[in-house]
Amino acid sequence: MSSTHGGYYVPQPSHWPITGSIGLFLATGGFAMALPDKAGDPIGSLGVMYAGFAVLAVMLFGWFGTVIKESQAGMYNDQVDRSFRMGMTWFIFSEVMFFAAFFGALYYIRIFADPWLGGAGNNLSTHEWLYPEYTSHWPTNGPGNVGGDFQTMGPWGIPAINTLILLCSGVTVTWAHWGLKKENRGQLILGLFATVALGFIFVGFQAYEYIHAYSDLNLKLNSGAYGSTFYMLTGFHGLHVTIGAIMLLVVLLRSMKGHFSEENHFAFEAAAWYWHFVDVVWLGLFIFVYWLV
Amino acid sequence: MSETMTHDTHHDEHPSGIKRWLFTTNHKDIGTLYLWFSFIMFMLGGAMALVIRAELFQPGMQIVDPNFFNMMTTLHGLIMVFGAIMPAFVGLANWQVPLMIGAPDMALPRMNNWSFWILPFAATMLVAPMFMGDNFMSGQGPAFGWTFYAPLSGQYDKLAFFVFAVHLLGFSSIMGSINIIATILNMRAPGMTLMKMPMFVWTWLITAFLLIAVMPVLAGAVTMLLTDKYFGTSFFDAAGGGDPVLFQHVFWFFGHPEVYIMILPAFGIISEIIPTFARKKLFGYASMVYAVASIAFLSFIVWAHHMFTVGMPVAGELYFMYATVMIAVPTAVKVFNWATTMWRGSMTFETPMLWAVGTVFLFTIGGFTGLMLGVAPADFQYHDTYFVVAHFHYVLVSGALFGIIAGVMYWLPKWTGNMYNEGLGKLHFWLTMIGMNLTFFPMHFTGLAGMPRRYSDYPLQFAEFNQISTIGAFIFGFSQLIMLYLIIKCIKGGEKATDEVWEGSHGLEWTLPSPAPYHSFDTAPEIK
Repeated sequence: MSSTHGGYYVPQPSHWPITGSIGLFLATGGFAMALPDKAGDPIGSLGVMYAGFAVLAVMLFGWFGTVIKESQAGMYNDQVDRSFRMGMTWFIFSEVMFFAAFFGALYYIRIFADPWLGGAGNNLSTHEWLYPEYTSHWPTNGPGNVGGDFQTMGPWGIPAINTLILLCSGVTVTWAHWGLKKENRGQLILGLFATVALGFIFVGFQAYEYIHAYSDLNLKLNSGAYGSTFYMLTGFHGLHVTIGAIMLLVVLLRSMKGHFSEENHFAFEAAAWYWHFVDVVWLGLFIFVYWLV
Repeated sequence: MSETMTHDTHHDEHPSGIKRWLFTTNHKDIGTLYLWFSFIMFMLGGAMALVIRAELFQPGMQIVDPNFFNMMTTLHGLIMVFGAIMPAFVGLANWQVPLMIGAPDMALPRMNNWSFWILPFAATMLVAPMFMGDNFMSGQGPAFGWTFYAPLSGQYDKLAFFVFAVHLLGFSSIMGSINIIATILNMRAPGMTLMKMPMFVWTWLITAFLLIAVMPVLAGAVTMLLTDKYFGTSFFDAAGGGDPVLFQHVFWFFGHPEVYIMILPAFGIISEIIPTFARKKLFGYASMVYAVASIAFLSFIVWAHHMFTVGMPVAGELYFMYATVMIAVPTAVKVFNWATTMWRGSMTFETPMLWAVGTVFLFTIGGFTGLMLGVAPADFQYHDTYFVVAHFHYVLVSGALFGIIAGVMYWLPKWTGNMYNEGLGKLHFWLTMIGMNLTFFPMHFTGLAGMPRRYSDYPLQFAEFNQISTIGAFIFGFSQLIMLYLIIKCIKGGEKATDEVWEGSHGLEWTLPSPAPYHSFDTAPEIK
């Protein structure tokens, strides 16, 4: 071991990172080119963006594939494992802060901006000079009635069911973890399968809810401050549920191939942490976006 | 792990040429890439600053049109912050953190490569719209100031490019920071407890935490801008129940910690350098650590001091004023500790020490003007004038940039194995010192006299001070070519450096040969 770097695995040069950069560049650049400019005609089409996503998909497949192969070959010692754990922990923290920006926007609008628009406090001028008719209320689409009158989604229908689904999925993923630790492969696979299924059912309900909101409630992304915060928060959450479910799906497929041991299953834990994170974010959403309106 | 397998995985593949740099997982290669990228961006951002200064040499419009001028101020700020200062610090962290904590490499070497290789693409995305006009002067680069306040930035035609450039930069910073934290917390040599870590490592640990906490918030801010412009949301539109001031809150929640992201590693660097050349231990190590941690904590709760004139409730003004002024306490602890470290030291003034002392001296001036700006009623007078420009250039140029140059000069012999030319180093320092002060000191006066920042033209009364600033800026700018020459000369050859390099050097990096071997510590050293 002395000829190695203290046993710490330092990988060889890799082409996956630069592939990922090219993918990101094409995806974002392609999207930017496809958005309309002042004249209204975009300078590109979405094709470049799709190409970028394809490159990214190849990169993710290849890079994770390499890591899985190295892990299966036993190249990672406990110290490498700790690096991965720290990496995932801090990544989830960064995600928490991303959601914090949108929750912060919601609180700011509800606590400060909307009352001020209605003439409260010492910030009178906008109310006095621009919108003297406006009285503060929530949910609001502002003094301009942007997007037209709308209704909100009640909390005790689909959102409550979705809360239950996510809480159950938190239980099933923990049950799967117990299975893995007891070396009960059947319990592991069944628990993971249930979790992934619950995750996709959640996303399905969410999609149904969006369709309902758009077609029946006239609650749209452009329905003023309420529509903005509602869709951006639930939308990014739904995206993260989808990502988490895909992560768990990969873990499920790997479990079926016989990967992971009772001691060595960082990928499972990372996906499970991520899953609990989207779960907690949902509880915040349920309380502040659906319930306390 | 068998002997043969580890041999195979570690030593067989060393691509040469461009592939070495594109595919590398080595912390030194990646550090070098970061530093050169940062230098190129420094030159680009500096050239833009010289366009600004040339236009402001006289009242009236001489060289560029106002929109191009606005593009220059905007891109100068963005490029210097995200392209020059931040990558330079990450480059220094890449080179030095493994050397200073006795690690073989960074904790996550492939992700390390990705953190770097996103940057050139992000910079391209940021600058590309400049070249999308019919001719260069009518380019469509961002022209709304580096703070991209809504709703002005929402009127920008190529906003999406800007937004995605910021997303990519954030992505890179977050991954780089995760890597640095994992390296520091997981890769230290046996015996190196947290309170035995070099100050540079400490400051980077805290900086990395700040980056992970606030870069996602910046990503949120630009995402809201994007959806407001293209997808009909109303975050920053009062007609829809939103508020343009909300943008400023979200932006400065990122922006204020960002300010410390750009200074804390410089604090760390000079805390390494001053003890070396004063030939004394750093005075008050523990208090230095706690001071950095306090500054980092306070950075999260003072953001609205950038917005005193925006129309906040009086209670908000008072709170943000008191919280802001509190930062002076831990900052003063640091300045006093540096001064006390030098007190009765047997001092010599090699180039790195000159830069370090220059940093302490000039950064403190920036700190004092910061106190003035932090006092809410006084800020109503200074807000958005050249006084602010003077203030933040004193902390960012003579704080962050001087700190970076100090670090580069200090560690350059360790990286290249050769001593740099001391005469050239001193010449570079003094010319920069003179140029920098000529540029920015008069701005205090132009600002107090009432000249607003970001204007391409001004009344005749401000002409003299502006001319002095412009002359200083050209001296400052062109002096940097000396540094380029010095570094290239040092890479190519020169007097061989010893392992210790400096008589008073301290720390693990000086136990390695100069130049440091490709793989840093094959066997972890023991720390007593």
